[in-house]
Amino acid sequence: MSAVALQQVLRDPRIWRGPQTAAVVAEASGHAHLDAFLPGGGWPLGALSEILIEADGLGEMSLLLPVLARLSEGERPIVMVDPPYLPYPVAFAQGKLRSARVQVLKVRGKDAWWAAEQCLASAACAAVLCWPQGIDERGLRRLQLAAESGRCLAFAFRDQRHAAQASPAALRLRVHSGLRVQVLKCRGRTATSALALADVSGL
Amino acid sequence: MLYATILLPDLAIDGAILDGLDASRAFVLIDGPLQRRHVVAASNAARAAGIHHGQSLAAAQALLRSLHAAPFDAEATARLRAAVASIAYAYSEQVAIRETDAVTLEIGASLRYFGGWPKLARSLRRQLRRLGLQHRLGVAATPLASLLAAADRDGRIIDDKGMRVLLRDTPLAGARLDARAVTMLEAMGLRRLDEVLALPRAGLRRRFGADLMDHLDRLVGQRADPLQPWRPAEQFSAGLELDAEVHATAAILFPLRRYLQQLAAFLSCRDGGVQRFELSLLHSRGEPTVLNVAMASPERDAQRLFELARLKLDRVEVASPIIGLRVRADELPPFVPLRGDLFERSATALNSWQALTDRLRARLGDEVLMTPIEQADHRPEKAWSAAPGARVGHIDCGPRPLWLLPRPIPLRDRAPRVLSGPERIESGWWDDDQAGRDYYVLETSLGQRAWAFREAGQQHGPWLLHGWFA
Repeated sequence: MSAVALQQVLRDPRIWRGPQTAAVVAEASGHAHLDAFLPGGGWPLGALSEILIEADGLGEMSLLLPVLARLSEGERPIVMVDPPYLPYPVAFAQGKLRSARVQVLKVRGKDAWWAAEQCLASAACAAVLCWPQGIDERGLRRLQLAAESGRCLAFAFRDQRHAAQASPAALRLRVHSGLRVQVLKCRGRTATSALALADVSGL
Repeated sequence: MLYATILLPDLAIDGAILDGLDASRAFVLIDGPLQRRHVVAASNAARAAGIHHGQSLAAAQALLRSLHAAPFDAEATARLRAAVASIAYAYSEQVAIRETDAVTLEIGASLRYFGGWPKLARSLRRQLRRLGLQHRLGVAATPLASLLAAADRDGRIIDDKGMRVLLRDTPLAGARLDARAVTMLEAMGLRRLDEVLALPRAGLRRRFGADLMDHLDRLVGQRADPLQPWRPAEQFSAGLELDAEVHATAAILFPLRRYLQQLAAFLSCRDGGVQRFELSLLHSRGEPTVLNVAMASPERDAQRLFELARLKLDRVEVASPIIGLRVRADELPPFVPLRGDLFERSATALNSWQALTDRLRARLGDEVLMTPIEQADHRPEKAWSAAPGARVGHIDCGPRPLWLLPRPIPLRDRAPRVLSGPERIESGWWDDDQAGRDYYVLETSLGQRAWAFREAGQQHGPWLLHGWFA
């Protein structure tokens, strides 16, 4: 009986067992190098992924385009909460992303945090992308908890000056120009490998 | 035919308790002109002190010093009665309010469907208790007999044998006969119903007229007694005036929840839903604050209605104190439940998405969501539309950025590198919106990939940024 209980405890993703990866449910990102690195082989489901960028236009959306395109084949919508610019449907069509599944929420400030939390927790969305302005660690923790209950893909885009800040996100990436991706933090991976630079120049 | 009667012995008192009076206190509901106030109903504690219906207020106050008197609200009582009828309407299409304190329904036709009387009674009682109403139930072959049975034999079905016992046991005063006839019959030494029924009919008719005979015949089922069918109202409206002025909307959440529960009960008995309802906050001065709560699809779940109303309320700045509250629903479309299919998960996904959009719209406004759709136009600004119901159009074109700027702005970069281009875009002469531009894909010094243009044909000059290849 105790052996069974121990097995159950060990299956909990919060138990850290050295370099051995815990079972993580993930959606393949569509970038072979990145999938090979990330535990579960892709973007973690039911966890917040934080994407840090120095400026807009470094390829941060192209990074997500393959997975969003695949999700747009399903019934559930992809929600973008307060994006910095207009998500351009012509480019979506070129990336095979069905724009009919995209819902853009035009809100600002704290309302955007609230809306993102609602979308994440509702379990009605396939993916939630948000650009939370000025969010703090507490706010991020709320988003992370909402993502856990909603079991969807969750992405928060932030400026890279927040890289040194502590963050409850399960995965933190920094995107450099030319779609070079640096993994800052990754649940289920050791800290040393998290600093490695993964080049996903497949696109 | 089998009739059930829901007897509501203390309807007015129950209503007063629902509106906030303390149930354990001695209080009376009074009516009548100022000089001749009389007691319409008395609470349990007041009755224990000997106060009863019809007494003058002065006499009642003489019996009990600490007696609290509140005005009798006939309209609120009628509304509660209608609420009970609407509960009954869920079990039968033949429902009637014939007495001021009872609702009668025909249950013979649907008894088997509801799994027999004990089950039906249980579920009726559960709903009545939820409304906070004291009640008694009676079942018999005629409406009148079921009314007498409710008073005397709560919850039991009266069959032929039971009917004889009921007629034997019911005192004349409790038989719902004309008061004058009761006095006369009692003067004749008659005490019980079966004694009256044993008298020769011709003599009874001569002495008491046709009305008494008619009543007795309907009671024992020798004469048809059709129910005047009650129909649910076409719209819902409920509200109250608060005892004190309220400055925060949080204080009205409790009564609001109750009214929305009533609305939900009302909707489920009509088999309808509500797509839009109106919540008015009445102020002592000035116009009432009206909040419109709208939903993506007809809804009748009390909890969800309450959640949406609360989100709306959270956003309201109350300028002057609130003295009252009103809930009103006029449009009641048919309710189509979203059935969760065993093999089809999308129905539930759609359902939860609608619930989510309702919540977002309730708090952030109706215009908060949009879906940009591709349009068949060469000009980048016109190649998309967020209008609802827009059809997808497509034109093959060069690479387009994922982010589009609402309008082009000067690119602030000293030496961008040209990656590809130019792509000449020139159209719009037919609607006076001519655009002639050479678009390039550039790389800025930060490594961003930009979509920028120069006026058509120019080799030098400032770049205008129109999008990011994010």
